[in-house]
Amino acid sequence: MTTMTETNVATQVHRVYIKATPEAIWDAITKPEWSRRYGYGGSVEFELRPGGAYRTHASEEFVARGAPEIVLDGQVLEADPPRRLVQTWRMLMDPELAAEGFTRLTYEIEPSETGVTRLTVTHDLSGAPRLASLVAGEHEGQGAGGGWSWVLSGLKTLLETGAPLDR
Amino acid sequence: MTDDDRVFKALADPTRRSLLDQLFVRDGRTLTELESGLEMTRFGVAKHLRVLEDAGLVVVRRSGREKLHFLNAVPIRLVHDRWIDKYTERQLSALANLKHELEGTA
Repeated sequence: MTTMTETNVATQVHRVYIKATPEAIWDAITKPEWSRRYGYGGSVEFELRPGGAYRTHASEEFVARGAPEIVLDGQVLEADPPRRLVQTWRMLMDPELAAEGFTRLTYEIEPSETGVTRLTVTHDLSGAPRLASLVAGEHEGQGAGGGWSWVLSGLKTLLETGAPLDR
Repeated sequence: MTDDDRVFKALADPTRRSLLDQLFVRDGRTLTELESGLEMTRFGVAKHLRVLEDAGLVVVRRSGREKLHFLNAVPIRLVHDRWIDKYTERQLSALANLKHELEGTA
């Protein structure tokens, strides 16, 4: 049982209910014209097939503050639009984060009869403790943004109101 | 009951807040593990976990034969973005106005 828990420490589960279709949510995750409008505002680039490349280009604002042009990279492992996306995900913001290597991200999009769609993001952060605290939002006070909960709150606001969160 | 109602109701109980704190320290725990940190019956803890799950604050995932409980902070974030930001911003702008007025009359 103790060995079991050790591995779970590294997993984070973030879930949000959004009044939007699974297709709209899929697009908001995988298309740059949407990804620019919430969270960290980067432009995603996905080859949506197993083995396809994934990259996020930093926003101009981020580059101006010293971020590398490509802030995230990885590979698509599964793409089943608009239900399930599994990918590897590596943060390139600074050399220490980059050195933690690839983590694994699973997006699950589940519709319901009421028109509310459930989005669950499961992030396996084994071997990436610094990235884990960053995506948990623990460095928000230092201007690093609020991690997944902040990103998903912004995604919900954008899809439900058509306007980005104020910040 | 709205989503916000469920979150506020879930947070309005010390045992449930303590369960969230336990998961914050170490995520992905079984009922047995969570129960050992509290002076309460297994049934009582399970009931509290269900309220947290209904509010979306805890997400249950199966891993083999075990049911693991994960903290989900998104509903707290939504309450924060909806309620806290709004009022703290107003306070800040009130202060800014006050500063403006004081400086104008100085």
